[in-house]
Amino acid sequence: MEIKKTAMAGTLESSDAQVTVEPGNGTVELELSSSVMNQYGRQIKETVLATLERLEVDNAKITVVDKGALDCTLAARIECAVFRSCDKADKDIPWGGMIR
Amino acid sequence: MIPRPKPQKDRLRRTMMFMNAQKPGLIKDAYIYGCDSIMLDLEDAVAENQKDSARFSLYHALKTIDYGDTEVIVRINGLDTPHWQEDIRVCVAGGADGIRIAKCESAQDVITVEKAVEAAEEEFGVEKGRTLLMAALESPKGILNAYEICAASDRMLGVAISGGDFRKCMQTKPTRDGIDMVTARGMMLIAARAAGVQCFDTVFTDLDDEEGFRAEVQQNKAMGFDGKSLINPKQIRYVHEVFAPTEKEIIQAEQMVSAFRENAAKGLGVFTVNGKMVDIAFIPGAERTLRLAKACGLYEGDLV
Repeated sequence: MEIKKTAMAGTLESSDAQVTVEPGNGTVELELSSSVMNQYGRQIKETVLATLERLEVDNAKITVVDKGALDCTLAARIECAVFRSCDKADKDIPWGGMIR
Repeated sequence: MIPRPKPQKDRLRRTMMFMNAQKPGLIKDAYIYGCDSIMLDLEDAVAENQKDSARFSLYHALKTIDYGDTEVIVRINGLDTPHWQEDIRVCVAGGADGIRIAKCESAQDVITVEKAVEAAEEEFGVEKGRTLLMAALESPKGILNAYEICAASDRMLGVAISGGDFRKCMQTKPTRDGIDMVTARGMMLIAARAAGVQCFDTVFTDLDDEEGFRAEVQQNKAMGFDGKSLINPKQIRYVHEVFAPTEKEIIQAEQMVSAFRENAAKGLGVFTVNGKMVDIAFIPGAERTLRLAKACGLYEGDLV
């Protein structure tokens, strides 16, 4: 998917993550901060990159402020931000396809 | 992915606890509280501009979290909103056990939802008829049409009254003795029993009024409700206590059922147990008592 405009999803509450996506400069650029960076930083990064790959996003700047979100929450927030950036978040979501 | 067992229409539903589907901190461990059903809410708990986000969160929760024996029902947005169709798609794709129709007013509302559920089951390759439905009656019209709503679909597991909206329509406030809603509760119960579905009472919202809460739960049990909607885990234990059958009821039910089976084998339809007449009409109730007792951990026999 092509990131067309800046979009955000999620909150800064405990167990959540706030994700912002912006149009990129030709690559995926990740800025990550997490309340559990020392323990889970690598795993969070892997989840973010795997989710973007599944969404076929290869040109974006993504900012993740993690507050101890489970992987499934992180994926949900990234997906929502990406779909919002394309104005496609409201209906006909490919549940079980690209979203899985 | 956690495959969930096929939803049962007649399962035990003493407690159905609301959870905001948008809040990961709540839904990730909702099953630990031990309520019979959780209701993940896409409707009133979710702000208008977060409806999309709540669905993504819900989908992954349904697919990732092992809710065990806890039933997972999703409350979708009303049919007068632009959200309900996508809500249904995500519920079915995620494998929710059931869908709660908010502000249901007619059989047609149930049929409209059923059609969309059927289309979604087809789209996502889910077994046809798997997804159950329940309706929330929130208006005088909903109460007056309760029977046709309960009987509108084979998928219907039950109905619940929603006190907040209903009282608003009736221009009443909650009262200690429940007089403000006694007629509506009674009408809904009769309709549900006539249609053979379950019936649930509304939430009790004043968490500081423990005495009022207990009085309402006792009245619910006396009126014949199957269970109650809850908003806080601390309310679960008391409802389970009140809805559990007493030791005397369990012993009596056990005697009735075993006596009935023995006598039926001998060709006898009516007989006495401890001086009381018993015939086939008493048996479904006695079996229900035993099932309830078993679920509450109070009966370990093999009659049910």
